[in-house]
Amino acid sequence: MQARRSAVIFAWLLIAPALLYITVIVAYPLVDTFILSFTDASLKKTSNWVGWVNYEKIFNDTFGTVIVRTFIWTFFSVSIKMIIGTFGAAMLNSAVPGRTLFRILTMPPWIVPMAIGIFMWGWMYNGQFGMISGVLQRMDVVDGPVAFLAYGSTAFWATVFTDVWIGVPMVTLYMMAAMQAIPQDLYEAAWTDGAGRSYRFRRITLPMILPAMITMSMISLISTFNSFDIIWILTRGGPSGETTTMIIDTYHTAIGSKKYGEGAARAVLICIFLSIFCFAYFRVTSRLSQEHAR
Amino acid sequence: MSYDKTALINRYKWYELVGIYAGIAVFLTFVLAPFVEGFLVSLKPLSQLFSSPYRFFPENGSFEAYRTMWVSVPGFARYIFNSFFISTVATVIVLILVVPASYAFARFEFKGSGQLLGAFLAVNMFSGAVLLIPLFRLMRSMGVLNTYFAMIVPGVAFLIPTAIWLLRTYMLRIPRELEEAAYVDGAGYFYTFRRVVLPLATPGIAVVAITTFIGAYAQQFIFALTFNSKTEYMPLPIGLFAYFGRQEVVWNELMAASFVGIAPAMIVIFFLQRYLVSGLTAGAIK
Repeated sequence: MQARRSAVIFAWLLIAPALLYITVIVAYPLVDTFILSFTDASLKKTSNWVGWVNYEKIFNDTFGTVIVRTFIWTFFSVSIKMIIGTFGAAMLNSAVPGRTLFRILTMPPWIVPMAIGIFMWGWMYNGQFGMISGVLQRMDVVDGPVAFLAYGSTAFWATVFTDVWIGVPMVTLYMMAAMQAIPQDLYEAAWTDGAGRSYRFRRITLPMILPAMITMSMISLISTFNSFDIIWILTRGGPSGETTTMIIDTYHTAIGSKKYGEGAARAVLICIFLSIFCFAYFRVTSRLSQEHAR
Repeated sequence: MSYDKTALINRYKWYELVGIYAGIAVFLTFVLAPFVEGFLVSLKPLSQLFSSPYRFFPENGSFEAYRTMWVSVPGFARYIFNSFFISTVATVIVLILVVPASYAFARFEFKGSGQLLGAFLAVNMFSGAVLLIPLFRLMRSMGVLNTYFAMIVPGVAFLIPTAIWLLRTYMLRIPRELEEAAYVDGAGYFYTFRRVVLPLATPGIAVVAITTFIGAYAQQFIFALTFNSKTEYMPLPIGLFAYFGRQEVVWNELMAASFVGIAPAMIVIFFLQRYLVSGLTAGAIK
């Protein structure tokens, strides 16, 4: 279509409503968060400009530990999701009877309201009567009941595991779509040359799905880094703050304690980390596509 | 010939089949275990739940909890209605905003259109939690805290990027010739958009509507938790906290209520899964 002036005006008119919406609901709050982070805003009517005080407080506070914990939490959650999801995709991608049904059965954790899946895990982790503790006792792995959410170390892994469970269906279906996009002639050629199934998987499937794996890890990284519901419902960041990630801490500070300024400084820090992830992602993908072109 | 080859390649030896089915079984056990356990819990009487040692299968289980859940939390029907209402309104707003915008991104190239599309997709990077403070202050100053409005409006913003991406991808596949023919016949841009493009894009719009609805239904937590404290406006995920009693969680009723609450979504998945898989995975490519 010719890029005439009237066409450009028409295009802008079509985009304008959505653009306006995002400006008011996302862009303006983003700028506002940044400004608030330099003030002592709270429930009081007035707020004062305090400069870098909120940021200094963050690093004097326990927030350093929270940042490190968030990264560890995210790292394990994303890696485990990718491993289980890719495994699931390879299984579901095989041409066996019943696979359509199996694919449908993969979706529930993703599709149902997150909170409901989390409640179910909350019961499974229950110390006195929960399933996991009960099964472990039956198998004589542990002597007494294990209250997974009551101790820092187990609560940490319990929240990671639930996050993995919620994230796996998306990874699986996405990786499966990537596997199905591989041209069939590659497999036929390899098969003609006598390559076995595992060899074909290692030498054709894995390299071909690598870009999709990077994309998926990235999407997963961002959503995991932002994960709120799971930790909030299961532990509220406890016991004694051992499952508190950056998002949870921001929520506690801003909404719980009504310290808007300090909360905003934390939110700005989260945004900076997210931007770094995105930047790194674009660097990696552009390098990959360059190598591909060569 | 090539079909035969594919069939030959895909022919599994018996131990490979056993391995694949075992792998699928392990994988699906992981994915579905909480649902199975949740369902069995909903069948058990409370006294049996709170007893050791743990038993997987219910003894003389019944659907009693599916009846009592309506009695002990009388507002439950209201929560389901709220969830549906919030999701429906959010979906309608998303469609109104996204259908024209996706068409613009699919057809018109102008200076900065690529960057603008990137900016829309970048919204997905931020979660609601990061923007909660200014949004909370905004809602408070507008006096709309504790209304449907406060739960719908912020949620819509985070459904827009995926919807634009999905629908743009769909519209790129619509042949341009039809629009060009309309222009040759003297039709204007708006007329062409309404009379030529929209009818052709209807299937794509339907897929976007379904995925947006499911997204809106699944995502109602943080905004409802923060911006609303009125019981009568609570959506399902927040309303379920009503089963958390003073001393003990009424687990069997909580699970029964969860299953009643997700039943509509499950039915949708079952009938529309073919569109869903393509829609959701395409939406994931940002």
